[in-house]
Amino acid sequence: MSARNNYPTEPLKLWGKAKQLREQYYANYAKARDNGGLRWSGSAWALDALPAGLGDDVFSLTGEPYAASIAHDRKFARECMDAAESVGFARDLCSYMRIYWGSVQLDRFLFGGKFPSPDFIFQTQICCSHSKWYQHVAGEEKVPQFYLDVGVGPYHELNAARLDYVTNQLHDGIEFLEKSTGRTFDDEKFIKAVKNEMRSTSRWADICALNKVRPAPLDEKTMYSLYVLATLSKSSQWCADFYDELHDEVKDRVARGIAAVSNETCRIISDTQPPWSFLKMFRYLESYGAVSVGSLYTFALQGIWEDQPDGSWGGRSLPWENGVEMNDRDTVLRLYADWNLSKPQWQHFFDPRLKTAMMLRIVREWQVDGVMLHLNRGCEGLSLGIMENRLGIAKAGVPVMSFEGNMGDEREFDEGRVRAQVDAFMEQLGLRRQAA
Amino acid sequence: MITAGIDMGMRSVKVLLLEKVGAGDTAASKYGIRQLHIMLPGELDQDQAADQAYDEALAAAGLQREDVTAVFATGAGRKQVGFAAEGITEMTAGARGAVYLCPQARTVVDVGAEEGRGMKTDATGRVVDFASNEKCAAGVGSFAEAMARALQMTLREFGEAALKSDRSIPMNAQCAVFAESEVVSLIHSGTPKNDIARAVLDAVASRICAMVRRVGIESEVALIGGMARNAGFVQSLKAAMGVDTISLTDMPEHVGALGCALLAAERRC
Repeated sequence: MSARNNYPTEPLKLWGKAKQLREQYYANYAKARDNGGLRWSGSAWALDALPAGLGDDVFSLTGEPYAASIAHDRKFARECMDAAESVGFARDLCSYMRIYWGSVQLDRFLFGGKFPSPDFIFQTQICCSHSKWYQHVAGEEKVPQFYLDVGVGPYHELNAARLDYVTNQLHDGIEFLEKSTGRTFDDEKFIKAVKNEMRSTSRWADICALNKVRPAPLDEKTMYSLYVLATLSKSSQWCADFYDELHDEVKDRVARGIAAVSNETCRIISDTQPPWSFLKMFRYLESYGAVSVGSLYTFALQGIWEDQPDGSWGGRSLPWENGVEMNDRDTVLRLYADWNLSKPQWQHFFDPRLKTAMMLRIVREWQVDGVMLHLNRGCEGLSLGIMENRLGIAKAGVPVMSFEGNMGDEREFDEGRVRAQVDAFMEQLGLRRQAA
Repeated sequence: MITAGIDMGMRSVKVLLLEKVGAGDTAASKYGIRQLHIMLPGELDQDQAADQAYDEALAAAGLQREDVTAVFATGAGRKQVGFAAEGITEMTAGARGAVYLCPQARTVVDVGAEEGRGMKTDATGRVVDFASNEKCAAGVGSFAEAMARALQMTLREFGEAALKSDRSIPMNAQCAVFAESEVVSLIHSGTPKNDIARAVLDAVASRICAMVRRVGIESEVALIGGMARNAGFVQSLKAAMGVDTISLTDMPEHVGALGCALLAAERRC
């Protein structure tokens, strides 16, 4: 496996635009009140098409990507965690949560100025930390809060009663939004936002599916900067349009055989959030010719997938393309709930075997040689069941390694030791360091 | 043809010189061990330590550097061995060396001063799966050593004391700091030293066993690394793993260096 390849490669043309959209997102949130707009906060899994029904001047701050951005700034991240811990929060809590709380506590916004407090909290609840996270923020900022319980079991067991349970809460959510802001909910804006979200999340899955080819047109380190837009504002027009553009560009790279990494020799996948301040580990892998072509996390934290007619995994088809009309509130809420409940990354909360099956599917379809599992001490939710996944993957005969770390708290990541483990895994895969 | 393996461990430098002795199908029939050497670096820096240990090994074998076809290095300080042609991870080197010495070994447990690891291997000594301890000292030799000091025993006495105990005292197997405070409590409560020694080694074995179970325990099990010399630990590990026998070698600290020398012979000769 050590013969060196030399595929053509070139930078992604849309890289700069992705960066600019991300910066604009945070600026929009910070400046929302300048023109009478509203700010709200919740997780990247919040069903953000609902607040979009309040108007075009309503902007969100999603907690996880905000904390991940801070994690890149090691000094500020440490200050935030120290601040959260100094008021008594335990060090083994979600590191994103501690970082976000610390930013509130210090009253400092990563992108400059004081922390822009939200006008309300709008949040989903599937991860054990999610509600407590924003309950504390709501208490600190003295703002109203709404939580949507989506823990209704795996999608393949979804029935009318479970769908009703979530849909009815969405109706309640609209009532909450109107009461807490004094604004009238606009169904037309809401339906447009739902369609945008469906476009964004299905198209992102299509983009990831393009990585099945060899050489991979995208590497996971690059994908982190692209999938993040869906974690910021998946129901926005700009996000949906960007993914359409990106799909065209990646398709073109595939057609021309453009590789993300010119010496791609071996393909791996990772799992869960990476240790954000040590993304150079991905470049280290490349010194062996190993490329991470993605993960269930990168593909499906936001991507919505379904079986394609040929049996492969690809983006879920859009309801209106299947002749489903999306005109009235209740129908759209129901479709919206169903769409989100099919999110692959939610399924493992109910049974780790579902995640193992999806990971093995990725291994087969994306031509993967090995799996690297991050035992992420910073995220109980996504780390739940990883050792079960490890057993299942190993049992299927797929080389797998695990390493301990933390997505946001660098104190729990031992770079030297992880490098040594990576070296051993590369040797297990029959790889040797390649000269630059 | 002679190759060398150097294991730059946390505490000591191990050197092994390997000589081609035949043309059989197996590594054991092709290669023989020419010289073993172990050196405690003392105040030397790692670069100097590697040079000195290597030269001492060559001198003991009556050889010059030019007599050696290739040198491979392993261990935490392998990158400091500037004259090594390749660096090999401890997992790959340990498994290769262990299967050379114990051909039926399919699970190799390596417990050194600062690291513990478990490797599943095939019949050629190639690693199929592995697990290693993370940022924790609870499953390694330095912890046992510190506890032996607390009881004012040598590590050898500590292991022998554990064998004399017929009492199992559960201890914290997850954290060396908590375990140490438990040892202090046991001393103050007048618990016999033999029982404390066993409790400590049981805890280390439990930690190591939990890690090795990640890759699965397949017979035979071989134990390498400095802790293989501790009879009390071997007893505790057998009990924790639920196996009747653990294959041991009379050169447990040199197995990684042996693996390196074997790989050097295969790749460079």
